[in-house]
Amino acid sequence: MTAEPSTAQELFDGVPYEPGAAKNDPILVADNVRRAFGGLVAVDVEHLEVQLGAITALIGPNGAGTTTFCNLLTNFDEPDTGDRLFEGNDLLGVSAYKVANLGMVRTFQLTKSLSKMTVIDNMRLGGTEQAGESFFRALLPFLWRRQEAEITQRADALLERFKLSHMRDEFAGTLSGGQRKLLEMARALMVRPNMVMLDEPMAGVNPALKQSLLDHVTGLRDEGMTVLFVEHDMDMVQEISDWVVVMAEGRIIAEGPPESIASNQAVVDAYLGSHHDSALDLEAD
Amino acid sequence: MDWGAIIQNSFRGFIGEPFIYFSLAAMGLNMHYGYTGLLNFGQAVFMAAGAYGLSMAVVTLGLNFWWGLLLGIVIFPLLLALIMGVPTLRLRADYLAIVTIAASEMFRIIARSPSLDRWTGSSDGLTAFANRFYDFNPFDKQKRYFFGLFIGNQMWVVLIGWIVLSIVVLIVWMTMRSPWGRVLRAIREDEDAARSLGKNAYWFKMQSLIIGGMFGALGGMFRAIGTQSAQPQNFITDVTFFAWVALILGGAAKVGGPIAGAAILYGILNFTDVLLRQLVENGYMPEAIMDGTQVGQVRFMMIGLGLILLAIYRPQGIFGTKEEMALDDR
Repeated sequence: MTAEPSTAQELFDGVPYEPGAAKNDPILVADNVRRAFGGLVAVDVEHLEVQLGAITALIGPNGAGTTTFCNLLTNFDEPDTGDRLFEGNDLLGVSAYKVANLGMVRTFQLTKSLSKMTVIDNMRLGGTEQAGESFFRALLPFLWRRQEAEITQRADALLERFKLSHMRDEFAGTLSGGQRKLLEMARALMVRPNMVMLDEPMAGVNPALKQSLLDHVTGLRDEGMTVLFVEHDMDMVQEISDWVVVMAEGRIIAEGPPESIASNQAVVDAYLGSHHDSALDLEAD
Repeated sequence: MDWGAIIQNSFRGFIGEPFIYFSLAAMGLNMHYGYTGLLNFGQAVFMAAGAYGLSMAVVTLGLNFWWGLLLGIVIFPLLLALIMGVPTLRLRADYLAIVTIAASEMFRIIARSPSLDRWTGSSDGLTAFANRFYDFNPFDKQKRYFFGLFIGNQMWVVLIGWIVLSIVVLIVWMTMRSPWGRVLRAIREDEDAARSLGKNAYWFKMQSLIIGGMFGALGGMFRAIGTQSAQPQNFITDVTFFAWVALILGGAAKVGGPIAGAAILYGILNFTDVLLRQLVENGYMPEAIMDGTQVGQVRFMMIGLGLILLAIYRPQGIFGTKEEMALDDR
């Protein structure tokens, strides 16, 4: 199966291929975001805009700060300084759960499936504004039964789409690593997000499942969602991303469409300077 | 050997007063630990809150019994949960464990301090605060009820205890089948995952701490009502761990687990107590092995042995499922 042609490239018309480039229609803007762990500056990003409705890849050699940056953008970690605006909402001091409710949902590098809950319960959990999540209303099932049915229906449809229906009533802990990645992505969609942030969606996924995961990610964009993903797998980056942001040592060193990145001198230096044995095949073209 | 007494006493342990208040305390722990993953090693302080809430309202403050119930079941545990939860629930689970165990010891030591005699009755505690409760007793104080197990006043305590316990079971059963319970279980499995899906993990943990604490307070209150006294010595750390034993025996995260655990714990305690006493009295037990004064300790040794065997052969508890247990290792 060949890669689908990217359909969101035109969103980047006129955007210069340089770090911190202003996008035509940014959904997420980060300014001077800095996070240090003791003496180590893990993230020091001057400016980043994420284009609405596109798939943006965030790549970088190990230790570049991509995951930390991801945590900072979703408020799972607080930056020392810096502003983040999501759809015009300042994220300063906003709890992580509220960021999710604003419409930006993330997944984790180490998959967080809720092992001792069934797959369908994992999915149902993602439903937002559930009346039955109040203790007192929980005691009066007639107040939330209808909503529960609606959520279950939506969950079943997503499970169908992610080919997990046969595992519906199994404990999530019995799923394979790849299936857990699928479940986590499907569960994130239950929140009905505008933007999903995937932290290494391909880590530990077997090649057979990879293709279907890729299709699911492009599927998100085709539904109008914005996707930002962190990834080390260059095949995936080349295949599905519309725009690539490269980080090294906590800074953004390059931006541009995937084709432009492989030939970027700063990127080559960042990868090959410290990682001679990197799987990245930059000199092929 | 008086087998009738052995059976009667075991059965009394199975359904009697200690069973009631330890089941309630363990139901609270189940809410905390079994469903939410909160480590509460100070359930005794919630029990004390129930006992002292009622007794201080009636004896110290001179309020009526109903205000005592409100103070003991709602206000005291609520304040306690807030005091312990606000600083710790944003942190890792260990911090709550430390704070709860410290708080329960602090409360006990403060309550028995002579300078607070006017308020808490110090080490003698407070007495005679539940007369209003016994005013409603429909049973005849002179008669024995329920296969001759309980005299009138005890029967009244036990009957109300069973009713309250049933209500608590119903609440746990209903909430755990609801989206609210689902969020708690999700937090137990992975707090960050719950947060990433828009759930306010901190607030749900707080609710769990409050509600589980209220169940514990009910247990403590029954203990106080049953004996008409609230004493610091009734809420030592052992009490917390008895409730834990009941929970682990029965199986955490199962609605009926704590009840089965508490019933079995006190059934066995009473059974071994009477059995050993009879063996000693009737000369079946050689003096060299043990005498009558050691019965109390030996029965706890047997409970310990039972727990070790349980941990080896049935770590999930009596009602737990092995499949669920096995998922922890993956």
